[in-house]
Parts: sequence; C-alpha cells; structure tokens
Amino acid sequence: MPSETLLSRAEEVAAFIARTPFAQELGMRCEVMGDEMTAILPFQDKLIGNVAIRAIHGGAIGAFLEIAAMAQVFLVSEHLVRPPRPINLTIDYMRQAHAKDLYARATITKMGRRMCSVQAVAWQDEKSKPVTTLMAHFMVGGD
Amino acid sequence: MSDDATSAPAPLELMQGNLDMISGVIPWGRRLGFRMTKVEKGHVWGVQPWKERLVGDPDTGVIHGGVLTAFLDNLCGTAAGSAMDHLRYVATLDLRIDYMRPAEPRRDILGEAECYHVTRSICFTRAWAFHETRDKVIATAAGAFAITKPRAPSTMGGNDAE
Repeated sequence: MPSETLLSRAEEVAAFIARTPFAQELGMRCEVMGDEMTAILPFQDKLIGNVAIRAIHGGAIGAFLEIAAMAQVFLVSEHLVRPPRPINLTIDYMRQAHAKDLYARATITKMGRRMCSVQAVAWQDEKSKPVTTLMAHFMVGGD
Repeated sequence: MSDDATSAPAPLELMQGNLDMISGVIPWGRRLGFRMTKVEKGHVWGVQPWKERLVGDPDTGVIHGGVLTAFLDNLCGTAAGSAMDHLRYVATLDLRIDYMRPAEPRRDILGEAECYHVTRSICFTRAWAFHETRDKVIATAAGAFAITKPRAPSTMGGNDAE
C-alpha cells in the first residue's frame, strides 16, 4: 500500500542520514511529511566560514543542499536500493547565511530511469528570501 | 590614487607567508582538515586528508562529495584572492562541480585551482580534485567570485568586523 511504502521510505531516509558519517558531521536531519521533506541544519560554530561576519561556510551549505536533494530523491523513488550518486551540481549563493538554523527543500524536476534532475533551496528567516539554491543531476539507475 | 591598499604588501606575499592561516582561520575548513600547500599568483594547491567522519558511504569508505564542495570553494577563493594586486575579500557567487569518478577509499585528495580572469568586480576560477595528477581527475569545479570593497591587511584572516 502506498502509505505504508512512504512510511517505510521515511524510515529509510532517516536511516540513510544516520548511517552517513558526513551527514552526521554536518549535524543535519530530515523531517519527512508523506512525500515531502524539510531538511534542517541547526547552527553550530564549526559551520562558520567567515569569522568576522559569523557566516556559515558556503561549502557546508552546498553539502547540506546536496544531501537534502539526495534524501528527497531517495524518499520518492521506491526502486532505489542505494542513495543516488551525484553527476554534477551548481550552487548559487544569493545571501549570506547568518549564525542561525538553515532549512532546505528539494524538488525533483525530472525523474528518469537512469538520471534525475533536482532543485533545492535553502533559507533562514523567509523561504521567499533564499540563501542558496542548488541544481543537481543524480544517477538513479542500477549499478 | 592614494588607496590605503596600495602601500600594503601584495596578497600573494601575505598568502605565501601564511599558508596555514588561509584555511586555519576558517572553522569549517579546520573541521574538514584541508589546507593550502602552495600559492602562486592566481594559482593554488591544497590537500584534503581522508578522515572517517567525512565519509559519504560507510560501505565503501569514500569521502563525501560535499567535502569537495568546501575544499574546491576555498581553493578557488584563495586563487582569486592571490590573483589580485591589492587585498580584497571575495565571496562565492556560484560554484559548479562535476563528479568524474569516485574518490578511492581512505585516500587523501589533492586539489588545484586557478583564477583565469579578473574583472573590476568578478574573478573567474576553475579547480580540479585528484589523487595523483590532473589526468585522472575526481571532480572539477568552476566558480565565479564577487570582489568586495577594500579591507585593511590586518583583517586578512577575517578577524574583525567590517
């Protein structure tokens, strides 16, 4: 049944984050609501990239968005046994990320049999004022 | 043309004299453990050591792609900074990364970046990540950086507020 599939998928997303050392290192988590998901990156001092302005490192935000995008793909693709593998990604830095929590949502723009295209957005105070966006392609086919 | 920055040492000399400072003053850089190993004008080399906590797939022990994002971002930013005649702070506008092949498990990753064009407000850069040589590349990056307003040399490490 679809709802049971989604429920087990949510557990698998949580397990995927839990067993990925680098996701743990970032300190991120995912809150799954059916087929939707919000990724959360609680602010931590270690994430800072510029001490003077206490801004979060662009590389940390990029990694957070990449993992959020992977988790979203994993969430909605029932046939996937392993997490999707990145082909390429483009990160657009729009605003400084201040010393507070970051949120992210990912949208799958095209799901193919072998590849998929995903867009993700990270924000802090207002979702309409994105801090960073990401566009990525992943391999989703069998190995 | 009596800009404060004109009497200051060139960014390149400062960088060459403080290689460890470049990534050492960045908390996320310190956490990942990457460092710059050599700087020439508009050209930078660095190393990202393998660490258990940076692994993306525990079944293979390969470093997560997201680690390369920060590493290549910093390499490109440093290359941009070194290419300029006066001290300027640069901010990443965008960064594209292409993953060519997986990194090998439990191996350090080397990186190299160059700044190949500078305008009044933008630096254009590209970078490579590999284990041995650029011929067998793990990932490539292309980044554009915005040049911000002049800052005093003492703030090079980002130790004070603007």
